[in-house]
Amino acid sequence: MSIILNGAHLVPDRAGAMFWPERKTLVVADLHFEKGSAFAGRGQLLPPYDTNTTLRTLEGCLKRYDAERVICLGDSFDDTGAGERLSPENRKRLQSMIKGRDWIWITGNHDPDIPTDLAGNPMPQLTDGALTFRHEAEADRSRIPSGEISGHFHPKARIKTKARSISSRCFISDGKRMIMPSFGAYTGGLAVSDPAIQTLFPAGFKIWLLGRDRVHAFPGAAAA
Amino acid sequence: MLSAAGDGTHCLLIAPTGGGKTLSGFLPSMTDLFHRLESGEQPGLHTLYISPLKALAVDIHRNLELPLAEMGIPIRTETRTGDTPASKRARQRENPPHILLTTPESLALLVSYDDARTYFAGLKTVVVDEAHALAGTKRGDQLALCLARLAELAPQMRRVGLSATVPHESDLCAWIAPDGDAEKIRIVRGEDGARAKVTIMDNLDLPWSGHYGLHAVDLVHEEIRKSGVTIIFVNTRAQSEVLFQELWHRNEDHLPIALHHGSLAAEQRRKVEAAMSQGRLRAVVATASLDLGIDWAAVDLVIQMGAPKGVSRLLQRIGRAGHQYNTPSRAILVPGNRFEVLECQAAIEGVDRMRLDGDPPRPGGLDVLAQHILGLACSEPFHPDALFEEVTGAGPYRDLSRKDFDDVLRYVEDGGYSLKVYDRFRRLFRKKSGEYEVAGPRIVRRHRMNIGTIVEEPMLKVRLRRGPALGEIEEYFVNGLEPGDTFMFAGRMLRFDGMRETTVMASEAKGDAPKIPAYMGGRLPFTTYLSERVRELLSDPKEWQNLPDQVREWLDLQQWRSVLPGPDGMLIETFPRRNKEYLVAYCFAGRNAHQTLGMLLTRRMERAGLGPLGFVASDYVIAVWSIKPATDMAMLFDEDMLGDDLEAWMEESSLMKRTFRNAAIIAGLIERRMPGQEKSGRRVTFSTDLIYDVLREHEPDHILLRATRQDAASGMTDIARLAETLAHAKGRIKHRRLNRVSPLAVPILLEIGKESVYGSGIDDLLAEAADDLIEEAMGNGPNSAIHGELPLS
Repeated sequence: MSIILNGAHLVPDRAGAMFWPERKTLVVADLHFEKGSAFAGRGQLLPPYDTNTTLRTLEGCLKRYDAERVICLGDSFDDTGAGERLSPENRKRLQSMIKGRDWIWITGNHDPDIPTDLAGNPMPQLTDGALTFRHEAEADRSRIPSGEISGHFHPKARIKTKARSISSRCFISDGKRMIMPSFGAYTGGLAVSDPAIQTLFPAGFKIWLLGRDRVHAFPGAAAA
Repeated sequence: MLSAAGDGTHCLLIAPTGGGKTLSGFLPSMTDLFHRLESGEQPGLHTLYISPLKALAVDIHRNLELPLAEMGIPIRTETRTGDTPASKRARQRENPPHILLTTPESLALLVSYDDARTYFAGLKTVVVDEAHALAGTKRGDQLALCLARLAELAPQMRRVGLSATVPHESDLCAWIAPDGDAEKIRIVRGEDGARAKVTIMDNLDLPWSGHYGLHAVDLVHEEIRKSGVTIIFVNTRAQSEVLFQELWHRNEDHLPIALHHGSLAAEQRRKVEAAMSQGRLRAVVATASLDLGIDWAAVDLVIQMGAPKGVSRLLQRIGRAGHQYNTPSRAILVPGNRFEVLECQAAIEGVDRMRLDGDPPRPGGLDVLAQHILGLACSEPFHPDALFEEVTGAGPYRDLSRKDFDDVLRYVEDGGYSLKVYDRFRRLFRKKSGEYEVAGPRIVRRHRMNIGTIVEEPMLKVRLRRGPALGEIEEYFVNGLEPGDTFMFAGRMLRFDGMRETTVMASEAKGDAPKIPAYMGGRLPFTTYLSERVRELLSDPKEWQNLPDQVREWLDLQQWRSVLPGPDGMLIETFPRRNKEYLVAYCFAGRNAHQTLGMLLTRRMERAGLGPLGFVASDYVIAVWSIKPATDMAMLFDEDMLGDDLEAWMEESSLMKRTFRNAAIIAGLIERRMPGQEKSGRRVTFSTDLIYDVLREHEPDHILLRATRQDAASGMTDIARLAETLAHAKGRIKHRRLNRVSPLAVPILLEIGKESVYGSGIDDLLAEAADDLIEEAMGNGPNSAIHGELPLS
């Protein structure tokens, strides 16, 4: 399965990442490292393993695709203190993934500053050929770059099937811009029917829903 | 009762509903208080009354106040529930009443205050009303732990339980007893009321399938007209909505008939209850929401629509009628279909023999224990050894292992994760003395907001366009709706217009057939006793003489076409029908067990290359359909299917995830959704499923996962039942290959299309949904459901 965005062929992965074979680039959005410990700081002692799970899933993606470059679309760290709370083992895991790759940290509203002790290049946005990578989709219609890929909204959709309705994270795109699903283990979702998402796609969109082993394409109207 | 009070014995009064049992529980307290006040004592808080229902506490309060005022006795009685205003609560803490009427949740809150020790020091008696409805539930676990605490604060305290007749008396005694020791309780028996007169509705034209009993609406209306006040009990909320609507269609003489179920706005329910008390209603259609409650003396008829599912439940419901003196309760059962006639018959025999059924109470939940431990820490520091001693004095926790206790304590302390990273976020500090104390006022505040063990399904408010809020509806039900779909709610036909923020917007719709027929809320479990009796009835033609002709003919036809399911073993019929192969197994293990069985069977049939397509389950049987016929029944139904497949499926199942959510909320891992919080602009929802998955991956033995499995296992006694059924069937499977559907199999086949079909994994379902959309776009309609017209002749 592939999604064509502004002429570029992209492969949506079941884990919520996307691969751009032409540039050997893997893209992920909203990793939200250390979201669990952020909750703990506010009194909810959630299991402190979300970063482990997110890293494991990311490692799985890097095994499946031959990625020379990785672009993280912002909100990679749940908050500005997340870098400090990263456990030494997880820091090492992350560093070994970054090593030998062109690693791009697009900055987001949760992580305006990337922990300085981590390798990789922080930047507010990146344009490469047909595609522009940024954290949040441009709301001003006159300024939308073609081929915009963003995260931020954590889209999810609910599809009715014969047996029951299934809710899952999804990619959404109208061929000109795309919003990626969130990748972090504790990241919830916003229904694609929400006005915040709908207004970004006045002409409608298609969705690619994450199943367990596959990705499934649906017209946007199929989602609730 | 008075003699037990005299020598300070703990006791349990068992009597049928009504009969003034509650007030008799107070008599000794009144006498004692009277004497103390006479002698100039200032008794302080003397008696605590705990009821599972706020409304009941308020009602009892009214019944106590009146005679006390008339006699001019200065005994102060007050209520305290979640509805009590803060100013009154504060005053009650300063100056407690002599008798306080409250709920388990409010008691848990009182016990967590730092002055609990002085507040309860003079407590003499605690009266627990409707004890049978609390024991074995999480609310009951919480109350038992609070009683253990009260015994510590007020060692002289006497315990009095009030209960309806129950099947497991000694378990109930142990639940309420000090040290969980049933021997310490004296049972006092109330007089048996007059026997209830229970019949099956006459002149019924019985349908083949369905559970609603709509075929009998005219007859029901007629009975309402003939009687004084009637309660019509149904088994699901959806059924109450549909039946209520149908009754009003017939209600030309405008009899005041109301509706009562758990999803209606509280205010609306209150109104109905008040109208009932004042005798302004002729009938109310109700779900289990009215199983317990204030006595309404005027009720003289109970109608049970659909099979009663259990003898104890039926007795409880019948007990809501005829509370005056010795008038026998009158009840009429309306079976929804032919199978249910057998069940109604069996239930009536059960009532006649007072053969009570139901599961014995399960051990106390670890999540409740976690909440309780934090509550105690909020009150005062504790030493773990003393606390272990104390909590194992509560009946449900008498077999709690020290390891489980220590793990729960560690969870309360810092989350209990093997990865030690939350040291600076800990909720408890360890003092040098070995005592634990709460880490700060913020923890205390948070805890008090989260007290309680009732966890509601995520609910959404339903609002009428340009109109009032009608109540709340389960989120999962709304998820299945599309704008324009019609459904029944609050006695009206509504059209779903869409969501506004987190509110369901709806408008009134016309017509009488809602597009979305049912939401399943509140299905009742089918007791083992009834299922066995149904099976015996079915297998012995000598027992059929009391059955309606239609049912006898149906069973005769079955004997001729196939064979009757015997008293033991398992009958399996297979037959072809419209290019599909059907398998119908008569297991009588209850719908939940059958659904698990259906999931396991379809997996196994998949592996055997039979191409299973789906299944449907009732309380009595399961039907599976496939591309190829099943032949090797011994292999398909071998009990080893309950091994790995089951475990793998269970862990992934929505049941486990739901159970985890409840445990996580009760144990304080995540917070309840507070009213108003939805509007705070956080539209991104964060599901506990995500936490469940992560915790399972990294720490499968975490105490909350253990609590979840324990709950799921006891909530699913049906798995044990299934295991028993399969073990029992081994070597005794009777397989009949037929050339067409048998009479006994007709009801379940008619359920196909009405019930959801289970079976495939997420990806298959999604792929199919995508294909259907493509097909639709290409001009072919979606596959039509297999339905109806079963040629029997």
